[in-house]
Amino acid sequence: MEWISTISIWLIPLLIMFILLYGTIKRVPTYETFIEGAKEGFGMAVSIIPYLVGMLVAISVFRASGAMDFFIELIKPGLQAIGVPTEIVPLALIRPISGTGALGMTSDLIATYGPDSFIGRLASTMQGSTDTTFYVLTVYFGAVGIKKMGDALKVGLLADVVGIIVSITIVTIVFGSL
Amino acid sequence: MVNIIWMAMLTIGIVFAAITGNMEAVNEAVFKGAQDAVTICIGLISILVFWLGLMRIAQASGLLEALAKIMKPIATRLFPEVPSNHPAMGYILSNMTANMFGLGNAATPMGIKAMEQLKVLNGNKDSASRSMITLLAINTASITLIPTTVISIRMNYGSVNPTEIVGTTIIATTCSTIAAILIDRFFYYRRLKKGREL
Repeated sequence: MEWISTISIWLIPLLIMFILLYGTIKRVPTYETFIEGAKEGFGMAVSIIPYLVGMLVAISVFRASGAMDFFIELIKPGLQAIGVPTEIVPLALIRPISGTGALGMTSDLIATYGPDSFIGRLASTMQGSTDTTFYVLTVYFGAVGIKKMGDALKVGLLADVVGIIVSITIVTIVFGSL
Repeated sequence: MVNIIWMAMLTIGIVFAAITGNMEAVNEAVFKGAQDAVTICIGLISILVFWLGLMRIAQASGLLEALAKIMKPIATRLFPEVPSNHPAMGYILSNMTANMFGLGNAATPMGIKAMEQLKVLNGNKDSASRSMITLLAINTASITLIPTTVISIRMNYGSVNPTEIVGTTIIATTCSTIAAILIDRFFYYRRLKKGREL
């Protein structure tokens, strides 16, 4: 299975080369065009700051105060009743909110239960199959100055719920529970 | 919606800390959260500068248009409001392609460029258009073919078969992406019904 990591390593350099060669063939002044486009990058990154500061402070307070753990404990029995393994509940809840939090939790679950256990496989699948909804929303809309998000948050979070349910189902089917 | 969630996270957190006597942690969290956000944005500068430069070459050479042409049948169905030869389409498609290969660093600048173009299409309003919500839905569900980070974590912890979760991940991510598109459509038609299309 080494080929998969090989592909990942080769992909970006090859993509860079392809874009440059294609540009040169089409007689684009590559370096000057690069600089022109690159200039936008700084301003864009800076314009995201207010959105991300607002969002991350709220998330960080919510977690540090213990409110998040409280809510997790609160809905745990309900989720357990419909067949969600208890160990995975915190990860499922934190996945859309905090990317680094979820990554830490996935590593922790894999370390505790082993990568080839049911929980380890489930955590891996969950981590890989969705993205941090709050972060994507904040960065994409923040960069272009969209303040009214419409239904975007609802759509993103509902899709996350589906992703989590599917992950549990598919891992159970493929690897068998436990 | 965002206003309420944002306000609720902060106030619930503070009230909760008051009850449990955890106020010191809240103070720390405020500064830690703000600091993390700025650190992330600073980290984004390098990525955005490089990829936006490269993407400009891809745009100037007509590569984005060529990509848009190939994917036209799918893309026009997903984004009916975007003209198929519009630059937004090229960025949307490169964003989706980068996501598929797990190139998060490359996907973000392309997604932002796509958003920028969609904003122009939407008359530069500060509210999200239908296409913007669709693009976000697809990105939050993040269709992935190779979950690189997870594989490397599994390797670190001595998995017998670190890549065995690739299959389950692809199935899960495909389902959640399809669900995201359907949910997005559902909310769109609901907005239409209510007659308050953005």
